[in-house]
Amino acid sequence: MLLWISLFLVLGLGALSFLFARAKAAAFRPAAAAPRAHSLPVYHGWFAALWAVVPALLLLLATSFVIPPLVDQAALDAVPAAERPTSAAEVESFLDEVRGIATGKTEFVFNESARQAAPAWAAANSLYRGIAMAVAVALALLGGVWAISRLRPGFRARTRVERVVMATLLGASLIAIFTTFGIVLSLLFESALFFQKVSPAEFLFGLNWSPQTAIRADQVGSSGAFGAVPLFWGTIFIGAIIAMIVAIPLGLMSAIYLTQYARARTRRIMKPVLEVLAGVPTVVYGYFAALTIAPAVRDFALSIGIGNASSESALAAGLVMGIMIIPFVSSMADDSLAAVPQAMRDGSLAMGATTSETIRRVLVPAALPGIVGGVLLAVSRAIGETMIVVMAAGLAANLTLNPFSSVTTVTTQIVQLLTGDQEFDSAKTLSAFALGLVLFLVTLALNVYALRVVKRYREAYE
Amino acid sequence: MAVPEQTVTQRRAPTDWRGEKMRGRLRRRYRSERAFRLLGLGAVSLSALFLAFLLWTMVSNGFTGFLQTEVRLPIRLDPVTLQLSSSQLAGGNADQALASADIEAVTLQAARNIYGENARQILSEGAWIYVRDALKADPTLLGQQIDLWVPVSSELDLIAKDRATPEILVRAGETYRSLDQQGAIRTALNTRFLTAADSTDPTLVGIWGAFKGSLLTMLVTLVLAFPVGVLSALYLEEYAPKNRWTDLIEVSINNLAAVPSIIFGLLGLAVFLNVMHLPRSAPIVGGLTLALMTLPVIVIAGRNAIKSVPPSIRDAALGIGASRVQVVFHHVLPLALPGILTGTIIGMARALGETAPLLMIGMRAFISAAPEGLTAPATALPVQIFLWSDEVSRGFVEKTSAAIIVLLAFLLAMNGVAIYLRNKFERRW
Repeated sequence: MLLWISLFLVLGLGALSFLFARAKAAAFRPAAAAPRAHSLPVYHGWFAALWAVVPALLLLLATSFVIPPLVDQAALDAVPAAERPTSAAEVESFLDEVRGIATGKTEFVFNESARQAAPAWAAANSLYRGIAMAVAVALALLGGVWAISRLRPGFRARTRVERVVMATLLGASLIAIFTTFGIVLSLLFESALFFQKVSPAEFLFGLNWSPQTAIRADQVGSSGAFGAVPLFWGTIFIGAIIAMIVAIPLGLMSAIYLTQYARARTRRIMKPVLEVLAGVPTVVYGYFAALTIAPAVRDFALSIGIGNASSESALAAGLVMGIMIIPFVSSMADDSLAAVPQAMRDGSLAMGATTSETIRRVLVPAALPGIVGGVLLAVSRAIGETMIVVMAAGLAANLTLNPFSSVTTVTTQIVQLLTGDQEFDSAKTLSAFALGLVLFLVTLALNVYALRVVKRYREAYE
Repeated sequence: MAVPEQTVTQRRAPTDWRGEKMRGRLRRRYRSERAFRLLGLGAVSLSALFLAFLLWTMVSNGFTGFLQTEVRLPIRLDPVTLQLSSSQLAGGNADQALASADIEAVTLQAARNIYGENARQILSEGAWIYVRDALKADPTLLGQQIDLWVPVSSELDLIAKDRATPEILVRAGETYRSLDQQGAIRTALNTRFLTAADSTDPTLVGIWGAFKGSLLTMLVTLVLAFPVGVLSALYLEEYAPKNRWTDLIEVSINNLAAVPSIIFGLLGLAVFLNVMHLPRSAPIVGGLTLALMTLPVIVIAGRNAIKSVPPSIRDAALGIGASRVQVVFHHVLPLALPGILTGTIIGMARALGETAPLLMIGMRAFISAAPEGLTAPATALPVQIFLWSDEVSRGFVEKTSAAIIVLLAFLLAMNGVAIYLRNKFERRW
């Protein structure tokens, strides 16, 4: 509450500074005959507003990180030393209850001393927040007044405001780098914890995946087997083999038909239809696979005499994933075919080749690097796809070539390991991050390589 | 060197274009041409057929989700058994009074009076909610004998919609037939589906809770990703010097666009939940995670839109003395905005359909009320679809498909707006 009041006050002071400074700068104008003002009044206004708002907001931001620990400590100090919670988890749940009572959200507590600590928490909270608010408002006032006092006709307000704008722009574009580093660091950090418990060699080359149960009698606790090869195989089997068997011919032939044969009207209708296929959320594909395709695949398998067909088969998940990837392959192939110089096509046609001969013997070979790059990108998308395999592929980590049996994938296991109850430092939970790291590195490598192939191909024909 | 005599003197006979051999060859070539063309047509049609089949499956399974079967329930709202008085209902504490009254028991008793002991099998678990709402809407009903239409149990609902399994038919088929003969069954629009939240009983579920969760999440995503995305696109396209840092930013953005979405979920789990201790399952965390995922899409779309603004406009503005910031914010940005907006809507549509990252940050809890705010536990529409698809009860099949219809309709609308914007404001220089 106090935070909202402080925000409101600071922004109000900023608006006031803006108006005041703009009015002051506008007053320079009549006297403009001699020294012309460097900046428009509105820039003087922005200059003052920035000085009023930015330092105060930064202060509020900083205090919102500093204050909660201080307040929590005050609450803990209010309880007699003997009754204080000891372990980190107990402290956390105790503080949750204190906060709940102090803010009036909860009435019932397990820990009675939380009730005693609540007033101390509330008092400390309003004290620190009150101080923060007072300092922030003072800072806003000071900043605004100081900025307004600096305004002169020759003052370069615009330059200064623009410098702030540029800094904001740079800051915004740095967020992408921070995100990348955030991903890499968090995955590396958690994976490092995992690899302290399980050796990387066992993880990368082990053939047995069962994170839930203790399979070796001499092991303590629930540390199971973390050999991820069956997961890698399942991922490749579904994403890179079955899905591509569906997506490459259909996507490539669709692109060829739409760019080389179809009339303009057909193309205008069919291209968006294919794009819709790419826009359908993956959870819908997953449901479709589980509801319709998987039972059909199982019935088919039973009818041709495969007895152990699972209702969660690799084939069902792979088929639907292939359908999802079709528009992706098709648009990449489309781009690659369009980049082949017209002269090559004309030359072949002029020699008397039919259209299909031109496509098969000239266009596709010439566009092959681009198409291969596109397929690699499609593979990278397929192996990172989650919902279809979570809903339609199974959980059994099988190392099998039988498309009718159930296999599991990296993404399925990540979801499986991280949903439900979790203790955060168990090997089971941490293994999800190790799987995530492998997935991230593999998709990254595929993307970088594929983009390089596509780029080199484009340059070859420019 | 002596030229072999043969090659000089013996000339080849002119090609026999009309000969049988040549014609056969031509026929073969044209046949393969036609086959190839048909193959292409087949590929396109097959893809379109898949789409049609998918949509048809969802619609045919899901349209009954918007309907519900109701049974007539004659009920006497007796003030004594309900322990309610009309003054309580008229006052400001009506909700509290209704909550403390045992409407559930009264409803069940009324059903027993007319349908006998298997009333529990006939009525939905939440039938009393309809009695309560009727009483709330019209307090004068207290003390009267009225006929109410309340939802039937999931099994009877399935029979009415012709979706029952043989086991269900054995269990409840007879009950349904006798009710039907009495004329005590009707089909009505399921308004609860669009206004309620999750429930354990398929006849009582609604998507409003999940939908509101999605809206709040999207709000956070938009507020964060749009300004940051536009500003970084402007920086990279208009100001960034050619150096290693800029390259690093560009590489990061291009790679982030291709990182699997579940990795963003892992990032959200590790950073927002475990390091920053933001609340689990909250729209704000979901929004933050999806914002990081949507950001590269907006940046890439924004850069393309900015790139398509012709340099002559920048030159003209610079020429009359505008600063570089003024050039961009007064001229380039307004001209590029429609393109940026189109890209943003497409990115938001993708984020709206995204499930995996939200599962990672715990937005999969069972939540039976619409979320109150950005930090309240919530779920999102695609996650709700995933949760319902996991339910054992058959009644959830049509609800899942109905929720998918709503999601697809919403995505279609968003993409429609994007296409409209593109067509209306697109300028070719």
